Amino acid sequence: MSERIYLFTRFERFWHWAQAVLVITLLFTGFAIRGVHELLGFETAVRIHEAAAWLLIGLWVFAIFWHFTTGQWKHYIPTLERIGAMIRYYAYGIFTGAPHPYKVTVERKHNPLQRLAYLGVKLVINPLVWVSGLLYLFWGSVRDSMPAFFGLEQVAGLHALGAFLMLAFLILHVYLATAGHTPLAHIKAMVTGWEEVHDESQVKHPPRPS
Amino acid sequence: MKTRRGAGWVLLLLLMWLSPAMASTADHTRFDALEGPFESAEEVTQACLSCHTEASKQVMATRHWTWEYENPHGGETLGKKTMLNTFCIADQSNEGFCQSCHVGYGWEDDTFDFSDEGRVDCLACHNTGDYVKKGGWAGWPNEELTDLTRAAQNVAATSRATCGSCHFYGGGGDGVKHGDLDSSLFHPHRDLDVHMDVEGLNFSCSTCHQTESHDVPGSRIQGTAVDAHAAMIRGSDNGRNPATCQACHGSAPHESGSHAQRLNEHTRSLACQTCHIPEFARGGVPTKMEWDWSTAGRLDEEGNPIQIKNEDGYVIYDSKKGDFVPGENVVPEYLWWDGNTTFVTAETEIDPGERAAVNAYHGTPGAEDARIWPVKRALGKQPYDTVHMTLLKPQVAIPGNETAFWYNYDWDKALAAGTELAGQPFSGEYDFVETSMLWPITHMVAPGEMALDCAACHADDGRLAGVEGVWMPGRDRHERLDRFGFGLAGLILLGALGHGSLRFVNRNRRKGH
Repeated sequence: MSERIYLFTRFERFWHWAQAVLVITLLFTGFAIRGVHELLGFETAVRIHEAAAWLLIGLWVFAIFWHFTTGQWKHYIPTLERIGAMIRYYAYGIFTGAPHPYKVTVERKHNPLQRLAYLGVKLVINPLVWVSGLLYLFWGSVRDSMPAFFGLEQVAGLHALGAFLMLAFLILHVYLATAGHTPLAHIKAMVTGWEEVHDESQVKHPPRPS
Repeated sequence: MKTRRGAGWVLLLLLMWLSPAMASTADHTRFDALEGPFESAEEVTQACLSCHTEASKQVMATRHWTWEYENPHGGETLGKKTMLNTFCIADQSNEGFCQSCHVGYGWEDDTFDFSDEGRVDCLACHNTGDYVKKGGWAGWPNEELTDLTRAAQNVAATSRATCGSCHFYGGGGDGVKHGDLDSSLFHPHRDLDVHMDVEGLNFSCSTCHQTESHDVPGSRIQGTAVDAHAAMIRGSDNGRNPATCQACHGSAPHESGSHAQRLNEHTRSLACQTCHIPEFARGGVPTKMEWDWSTAGRLDEEGNPIQIKNEDGYVIYDSKKGDFVPGENVVPEYLWWDGNTTFVTAETEIDPGERAAVNAYHGTPGAEDARIWPVKRALGKQPYDTVHMTLLKPQVAIPGNETAFWYNYDWDKALAAGTELAGQPFSGEYDFVETSMLWPITHMVAPGEMALDCAACHADDGRLAGVEGVWMPGRDRHERLDRFGFGLAGLILLGALGHGSLRFVNRNRRKGH
């Protein structure tokens, strides 16, 4: 008998999907700027990229505020507990129909692999992209205070590295989003906020009001 | 607010231009000294000097008079008088012809007296018509086309017509040399030159080349390649070249639009001209991109010189001069330039195994004191001494003798006579060597909406392909990083597809659970 838990609040869902749209936009326009594809003109790509970047920065400021005021940051504290079971599940159990080794609850809504991946995004990829991106944007003003070996080429390199890591994360993330008990289960949860669970123990706490 | 400030600038510029041109306080037709009639051009000069007592001395201190210039970088003596180029090659031994563009009278050979104030030609720059100096008169006006008295009574400030009568015809014909200076600038439309537009700002040459004491600022021999300063008040004596773009526009000229800041940052690397002169020779007059002297002298069956024209009516072969390649709407080449230019002189040894660069533009890629400039690269093929390995100065243009090439089609005689008069050693052995010469592109500034768009350069094989010293998104990328990045993304995608397929294949086991 299946129950539902309210996992993702309205702001969190908005943050997630807005971020998704902006990140994909930034990747697409960014690779146009880098000359990887020619589906947009250079100038158009720059304009969109810059506008999307500022929107994402704004969103990020709100999200950081939200994480700390709601205590949601605790979901990203890394843990190695049961990480072996997680890896075994994705490597083997998922094919044999083994039960998911991690029970999602409102207190712990991300499994250990998710925690590590999202923490990596927040602490490595995002800062790399933002710091290098802002240097890129304001290069004319900051170049004179940079050491000689650190030119626009290096800034662009770091920014592109961040973009590639983000792309890798995005692909993995989108794929694993289909790895719920049905392919659309996780995605539905991120749209509605409600996750279907099959274990009463997961629902021991009532959903907090949104 | 910005618009009003811009309008204010335009008004100020207009006033500055109008005040000398229109608001003269003297009506020269009423001066006794100019009553005439004048029998000779020198008499006109004396009449001018009777009031403008210092004018001749001022002119004689300038390169317009001396055709001589000491390179502040290399110390070598330059100037039209002795220099070589890839067009008419050399002035020396051809003075009688070429000096029709000298601001003096009678410079026919090296006996010309540069201290004779009466030989200064005031009318060359200050006439408003009725005055013509043509090739072959050593700077004297052509009597048939000139009315000295009328010309003297109707003097005025310099104009596009007076400056252009020489500078638009450098290299022996309309638009030949520069590529950004030709007769289309006598009456330019807005798209050709946004400042000179006859229906708009209507600048004359001296609006930018604002002259003090007859000394006209701005030179291609040593250019002002970088002027990273704010706009300056016209007439302020601060040693800056008033003819630069920045002298009026400053170095952060883009004020409106979402890209203004970004475009202003480009001024750290680019000359204004690089984006704002998208092509040169845009006025309907072709410029000579190539000139091959080695084929000159071919005559028809009766022994007469020939001319061959292309389908547009432009001369592409002339027995006197050889083969030409004309070019219109030419996309410039781009290179770093700090204003320092060096030249091959008649003494410089060249390597005939490669194309000899008659001049070289210097500048360290990416350096603070250099900018990326648009240039015209003119190609040539011209005589050199196979023993001394020097470019040779032929006599080509002097009629009525046995030596000038245009009248005898004999290189041996032309080179012997030219080098002797120029004082250049000549072994008697010669051949033709490929040469090239650079010309800065700085005129024919287009309206802002015609400036290059981003992708003209920020692209593979864009205009700045091969220009070093700048990292350009769209042109430059890190090959290895890209391989790593897309490799990583690709592997993850493959992994996901494989994993997903396995899940799909095993879906029934799962349902059975």
